[in-house]
Amino acid sequence: MPKIELRNATIRNCHDLNLTIRNGEYFVIVGETGAGKTTLLNMIAGVEKYTGSVLIDDVVVNPLPPFKRGVGYLFQELALFPHFSVMANIGFGLKAQGYQKNAIKERISFLLDLMQIRHLAGRFPHQISGGEKKRVALARSLAPSPKTLLLDEPTSSLDPRTAKHLSSELHDILKKLGVTTVHVTHDLKEAERISDRIAFMANGSIEQVATPAAFFFDPANTSVAEFIGMPNILECRQTRPLASGLVEIVSDDLKIILPCNRRHIRKIAIPPDAVDISDVEPSELLLNHFVGTVEKIIQHNATVKLQISIGKNRLISELTASAFMNMFIAKGTKVYGAIKMNRLRYIE
Amino acid sequence: MKTTSLFKAAGSRSLWKIVPVMVFFVLWELAARYGPFGGTAIFPSFSAVLLEMAALFKSGVMIKNLAATLFRVLIGLFLGTISGIVIGILMGWQEKVYRSLSPIISMLYPIPALGWLPLLMLWIGINEMLPIAIISIGVFFPLCYNTAAGIRSVDQEMIKAAHILGASEMRILFEVILPNAASQIFTGLKLSSGMSWRTVLAAEMVAIPTGIGALIMKAESLVRVDIIISSLVVLSLMCLFFEKILGVVEKKWIGNWSGNAQD
Repeated sequence: MPKIELRNATIRNCHDLNLTIRNGEYFVIVGETGAGKTTLLNMIAGVEKYTGSVLIDDVVVNPLPPFKRGVGYLFQELALFPHFSVMANIGFGLKAQGYQKNAIKERISFLLDLMQIRHLAGRFPHQISGGEKKRVALARSLAPSPKTLLLDEPTSSLDPRTAKHLSSELHDILKKLGVTTVHVTHDLKEAERISDRIAFMANGSIEQVATPAAFFFDPANTSVAEFIGMPNILECRQTRPLASGLVEIVSDDLKIILPCNRRHIRKIAIPPDAVDISDVEPSELLLNHFVGTVEKIIQHNATVKLQISIGKNRLISELTASAFMNMFIAKGTKVYGAIKMNRLRYIE
Repeated sequence: MKTTSLFKAAGSRSLWKIVPVMVFFVLWELAARYGPFGGTAIFPSFSAVLLEMAALFKSGVMIKNLAATLFRVLIGLFLGTISGIVIGILMGWQEKVYRSLSPIISMLYPIPALGWLPLLMLWIGINEMLPIAIISIGVFFPLCYNTAAGIRSVDQEMIKAAHILGASEMRILFEVILPNAASQIFTGLKLSSGMSWRTVLAAEMVAIPTGIGALIMKAESLVRVDIIISSLVVLSLMCLFFEKILGVVEKKWIGNWSGNAQD
């Protein structure tokens, strides 16, 4: 399980990147399209020329060709060989590196089982689905037993359910194999769910490296805060365990129930789009409801942000422009709100 | 029920192919017998052409001339194919070679193969090498161009993936690049094979005393339209046969994974 370091690594639009990825870590890089995420992976793999240094296990690997760096790479477009069967695709790297026939057979068999694609062994890439192709490409990149795996948006172009399932499965498999993983995505929820640490990239530089919790509660600058959706951060005065798996926290004049088993919660983060607002009193009592007054209305193109005061607390709610237009809301209007429980994040 | 309708569909497709051809031959026969040129040597009937073709094969005249033409086509096609594919591979694979040769190829490609004839007559002389050289030139350019373009259009990420998996340059060329450029190389090859038959005919008509082209020229001087048409039919069939063979080879090689090979 190697440690990966970048020291002043520079290429095209990425300048002086410094980063340390720990042994066996599942490290996720997030950022908008064009932020330089794939370029960073290319530098680690050695498929593009760069200045500065890339170190793997404290050894500078700059002069080494890609395959001598012990790195596997899952390309965003997968780059499967269309003229080879699934089995031949997986075995390509092993054959190229001179493995014995029996060893190749055994390794292919192991990977077909690991990725649950044994039934696809004889098919060609054009005969299998998008999700299956991802599994084949992953098996191919894992075939020569790389110590580091680079994943470039492995769940892109999949439906949300398949994407969630695949990313969780990927995380579990790679953790089990002890492979240091660098996973690029623009899906923040995915990053939060599977990462040990997250790095945020913007305009070719690394803006913040932190654990998922720290990332949400302590964004390093406004570009990070904007990317994570500028959540409402509330200090918790009191934590009260309820039935199993639920706690109620008190923050000044707000009481919020959230699913967790902790006894003491220090802060919670509420994404603005998880705060639902209505100008009429709901007929039934909602969980995590509140009554507040609109203090400020900020209009963007497709969304409207409302600053609402609830006693001493302030919450930002984000609505779609059409939802806002369907309500009669102005500065000073009394509004009724509810906070979606499943979108809450907390730190102890 | 399903099987019957499938047969019906296939039968209907064949019918649409056969009927127009039959109608053409019948109209030809009728026009030759009862038309304004009816019964003259200038416009022989379909049946007269068939009889003449049989006679030409029986006497060995057609076989002898066809063999001479076929020999030239095969040698010319072979030389043009080898040189076109090798130069095309080098151009597609190595950027420097592409940049160096691309202007020359672009300049020479538009010259029709027959445009080289006067020059080659002076350089080589009128002998067996002349049609072979003309065919080679006619085959070389489209094949070289298509091979280079095919190789350059191979997905770069696929090549990167092969590099990361530890493949050598040679393995990448032969196991990744060439199979993925094969479809376009075959397009060039099919174009070239047709080109070789057209070129050899013209070369034989102008300068060489043997072969189908020469037979046509002799027939023209004797006003034997039936021999001219028989020769053209044989030539057309040979051309189709070559394209069909290449189509079969292409389908066998890449048809099972790409699904874009032509029959």
